[in-house]
Amino acid sequence: MANPLRAEVVQLYKTLLFLGREYPKGADYFRDRLRAAFAKNKDVRDPEKIKELISRGEFVVKELEALYYLRKYRALKKRYYETE
Amino acid sequence: MSARVLVGVKRVIDYAVKIRVRPDHTGVVTDGVKHSMNPFCEIAVEEAVRLKEKKLVKEIVAVSCGPQQVQETIRTALAMGADRGIHVEVSGKDYDALGPLQVSKIMAALAKKEEADLIILGKQAIDDDCNQTGQMTAALLDWPQGTFASELTLEGGMLKVVREIDGGLETIKIKMPAVVTADLRLNTPRYATLPNIMKAKKKKIANVKPADLGVDVTSRLEVLKVDEPPQRQAGVKVETVEDLVVKLKEAGRI
Repeated sequence: MANPLRAEVVQLYKTLLFLGREYPKGADYFRDRLRAAFAKNKDVRDPEKIKELISRGEFVVKELEALYYLRKYRALKKRYYETE
Repeated sequence: MSARVLVGVKRVIDYAVKIRVRPDHTGVVTDGVKHSMNPFCEIAVEEAVRLKEKKLVKEIVAVSCGPQQVQETIRTALAMGADRGIHVEVSGKDYDALGPLQVSKIMAALAKKEEADLIILGKQAIDDDCNQTGQMTAALLDWPQGTFASELTLEGGMLKVVREIDGGLETIKIKMPAVVTADLRLNTPRYATLPNIMKAKKKKIANVKPADLGVDVTSRLEVLKVDEPPQRQAGVKVETVEDLVVKLKEAGRI
């Protein structure tokens, strides 16, 4: 196992799992897909490839945060502000 | 700048949850329902944290009133960047009856005790939609208020607030100490990430009772009944104008 990167991968997994709790299609749906995605790449050994996958994961983190923010913003805008 | 900011955060039912009225019509179902920080309070915390990052304020104190569970909400504020928390313990019947008047009295007392220079609150809570706490707090302290803030800047010892009002945007300049209430477009709140939540566990949350602050939380309001809004009736389509007139006459409208 690529030792220094293992900690990063585990932290990425935990972060995604934590964010997935609020996923609109359900936390279970998200968790199953998260596990599948990580399991698919579990035999990758090349550090460069691992780093690339980690940054892809971090991109997904940002996408999720944006998704959650937009959902909330749009819901509140619809509820509290007159639509023209 | 040695300013201290007090941010009020409220624990409310999560915005995405479908609200159900209790069978006895005394309120809404809260047991087992997902709760989170009021979205406008998140925006208030974010604004305070941004002021601290710009080094315009020195310390952010997150305050919440309620039972044990509100500590989660304070912890979220701490994870977003607040320095310490104050949990004002109110539980049971007192908590059910807790409204803007009581909260604003508590905030005013805390502002004096903590020597705060700025209070930032959300403009309203999504559960009661009162939109009163900020205004009442300012009145009790005799501080100026910048409500519905969509932009906040510090200029010297003054606050420039751009307010979102019905007619458009109004820019005002008010002296500190002041109360500001956050509107939707003030900022984009950051997500409390897992490492920040872990770090926030080390930050202190002080425990206070309203009596310690000399505040009486008895309410002068009594909730008589809570009902769901009336169901929308389906519309009726008619073929001709004559039919429309007949239908309107039937309904007693003309």
